Amino acid sequence: MSTITLKINGAQKSVTIEDPDMPLLYVLRDEFSLHGPRFGCGLGQCGACTVHIDGHAVRSCITPAFSVNGANITTLEGLGTPEKAHPVQAAFIEEQAVQCGYCINGMIMQSAAFLATNPHPTEEQIRAELANNLCRCGTHVRIVAAVQRAAASI
Amino acid sequence: MLDLTPSRRDLLLGAGGLFISLAIKAPAQAANSAPLVAPAAAKPLAIDQVASFLAIDPQSHVTLFTGKVDLGTGLMTAMLQIVAEELDVAPASVTIISGDTALTPDQGTSSGSNGIQIGGMQIRRAAATAKHALLDMAAAKLGVDVASLTVENGVVTGGGKSVSYGTLVTGQSIAIPVSPDVPSKDPSKFKLVGKSMRRLDIPDKVTGRFTYMQDVKVDGMLHGRVVRPPAMGANLISVNEASVSSIPGFVKLVRDGNFLGVVCKTEWSAIKASRALEAKWSDWAGLPEQSKLYEHVRATKIDKTEVTSNSGDVPTGFAAATKKLSATYDFAIHTHGSIGPSCAIVAIENGKVTCWSASQATHSMRKQLAAMLGLADDDVRCLYVDGSGCYGRNGHEDAAADAALMSRAVEGRPVRVQWMRHDEHGWDPKGPPTLMDLSAGIDDKGNVTAWESAVFNANGTIGFAPLVGAQLSDRPHQTGMAPGGVNGDSAVPYGFTNVHTIANRLNATPFRPSWIRTPGRMQNTFANESFLDEVAAAAKADPIAFRLQYLTDKRGIELLERVRTLAKWEARPSPDRNQQGDIVYGRGVSYVKYELNRTYIAAVAEVEVNRKTGQIKAQRFFVAHDCGQIINPDGLRNQIEGNVVQTVSRALMEELKFDRSTVTSLDWATYPVITFPDVPKVVMDLVDRPNEKPWGAGEPSAAVVPSALSNAVFDATGVRMRSVPMTPAKFLAALKAT
Ligand code: FES
Ligand code: FES
Repeated sequence: MSTITLKINGAQKSVTIEDPDMPLLYVLRDEFSLHGPRFGCGLGQCGACTVHIDGHAVRSCITPAFSVNGANITTLEGLGTPEKAHPVQAAFIEEQAVQCGYCINGMIMQSAAFLATNPHPTEEQIRAELANNLCRCGTHVRIVAAVQRAAASI
Repeated sequence: MLDLTPSRRDLLLGAGGLFISLAIKAPAQAANSAPLVAPAAAKPLAIDQVASFLAIDPQSHVTLFTGKVDLGTGLMTAMLQIVAEELDVAPASVTIISGDTALTPDQGTSSGSNGIQIGGMQIRRAAATAKHALLDMAAAKLGVDVASLTVENGVVTGGGKSVSYGTLVTGQSIAIPVSPDVPSKDPSKFKLVGKSMRRLDIPDKVTGRFTYMQDVKVDGMLHGRVVRPPAMGANLISVNEASVSSIPGFVKLVRDGNFLGVVCKTEWSAIKASRALEAKWSDWAGLPEQSKLYEHVRATKIDKTEVTSNSGDVPTGFAAATKKLSATYDFAIHTHGSIGPSCAIVAIENGKVTCWSASQATHSMRKQLAAMLGLADDDVRCLYVDGSGCYGRNGHEDAAADAALMSRAVEGRPVRVQWMRHDEHGWDPKGPPTLMDLSAGIDDKGNVTAWESAVFNANGTIGFAPLVGAQLSDRPHQTGMAPGGVNGDSAVPYGFTNVHTIANRLNATPFRPSWIRTPGRMQNTFANESFLDEVAAAAKADPIAFRLQYLTDKRGIELLERVRTLAKWEARPSPDRNQQGDIVYGRGVSYVKYELNRTYIAAVAEVEVNRKTGQIKAQRFFVAHDCGQIINPDGLRNQIEGNVVQTVSRALMEELKFDRSTVTSLDWATYPVITFPDVPKVVMDLVDRPNEKPWGAGEPSAAVVPSALSNAVFDATGVRMRSVPMTPAKFLAALKAT
């Protein structure tokens, strides 16, 4: 049992971890009631749980909370709000790039981190970047369009 | 947008216990919205009463109660358009409550592309009836003739005076039946229907404000995880509770027959416990060998044979043929594979069960849960909360049963069960394996003289897929199979003279079956439209021209012509034999009239095939779509894109893997689905017919995808793919055999 501190969406938080194996995902969802990062597979295969750790897109389902003590974490909530949406979020709204939306957290978090370092990607690069993010509804066509729109707007 | 966060949770006391209002836009006002509806506890639910569907409060705020639910398709936005249009109110003044068995009428399962076609039209009828009644009231109040009234934003104006719906209904209690013949709005006056409307849930979904089922928290909630038998039919011999009892937060081991689960205080401890639990199970190896799956299907006892179409005389037709073609097609077992595993919460208080889930059929599930628990239907209340995309009867209902069994074991405390990925891939009900035999005769002019087919499919229709928890615990449950309406589109939409098509309904199928998007109709259309392409090739005819030759239905003809233009189709027979090199390209067409009585679709697929590796890549799809009156064009486009992409995935790569004991494709590595680099472009031509009935669009465009692909591969290579998934290995084997 030990206490770690995390900066989550700009706010300093501390949390007691009973089990060193516990993934960050459960801290975010269960301790802090965040809805952005989602459980999809717990295996690092689908991307639904993606958050930013120090600006990088990371799968929170396979990242022990313990291992990121002191990290700066941004979730979908921290990226923007309906009132003040991040350009990638705004682009997803513009393109209506959601069906059920369960995967969309991962799509947006992955794309936002990507665009921050690759502001002018080709369509092929976007597809390659999102190759490990799964969507079962088949929203891919719109997701690519949304990321392209976001790139153009940033 | 559904919001169950505590600050916006409306808790109303009613006969059923806890009422949680699900709100779109504004918080729901079910408690104080009287006039057209009685107080919540006494609210009618009958399908023939206006007040079952609609409430209007003194502020003119409208609440729509619908038993249909939004599975990620945007159905609720379309429902909003229908209601706001019919009542002439602003969309922002409508709240929707959906899928709550205590508040919403039973409009049937949200499946089968019936959300708008049936559910939406019930609602349009109710709204038209309400509008009629409101106008009569307004005419009386304003002292003017009904014909002179106009309505805008819920305010009725006539003779220079105005009155709002809210004022009209204040102090009134109006119980009127839904009228079958009150005219609904003239489509030429539509302001909302037929126009793209942005979905209301999207801003919250892209910012993490949305509450999915998986996000719902209930006070005092515990966390459960299931531990399924390692062999599907194994019996539980013993469990070692000591293997988990020292896990911090451990609350209870739940053992009920072969049902096994752990309940803990936190989610992570439940996961840990489910992994650590030591249990002894008997051996079981009752599944067929995967490599002999279709021999198994063919050898399965046939319960009954149903004739799905019969005209002319097939033997005479074959006698007139100069060439007879025969082929067998097969279609693999598929998993639903929702990205978010199934999740439900159940609490039991004083013998009353409350269940939150993302079930597509809360009213049916309620009956199943009640039966399993030995309660009356009225003792169970099921509330729908949006979950991860649902494409048929997946695991939501089973997770609810799991949660119920676990809640029961902890004195009714609320238990949240979320399946792990391996539970979902392993234990969601499957789209059953399907086998199709086809034969056709053509004469020397290339005319079809006979068409004959037999599909081998699981017996049963849509209904109740038994709950896994009830099966494992051997509590009361359905025993029959419910694969969905799998005979649909076994018959063909073409006017051949001699046709005989049958369905051999099988007594069993290896895995618990259920309907997955376009059940049966996808398999049947795959076989029919691919085989028709074989016949067209044998007749050396252009595949579109060949189809048109046998169509008399004007809408169908128009659609094939439209897709021909859209795809810049070059008229010629397939295959195109002028290609050199390893990488070749082809195009294939497919057409269907969904279940022969509704939505028309014609599609052209363009593929790239690597003859060396066998890799098939769908590059582009062209879809012409006629579902009659379109409610929300952008919503329809979104759905069609989804159907195409998801079905390309199913057709090219998806296949359940199993050994003799259980499913072995338990994650996304062993059950791969399409990823971004392989996603085709989708180009559409939507036909809107405002004066026609709206038909379903949730499934139909998926039906044509596998056959369009198979036909395109044939066009590119001369190799006929008759087995889904069309994997590189199968292509290479077929190439060798060609
Ligand atoms: S939930 Fe983390 S990658 Fe799937
Ligand atoms: S939108 Fe449903 S999984 Fe992607």
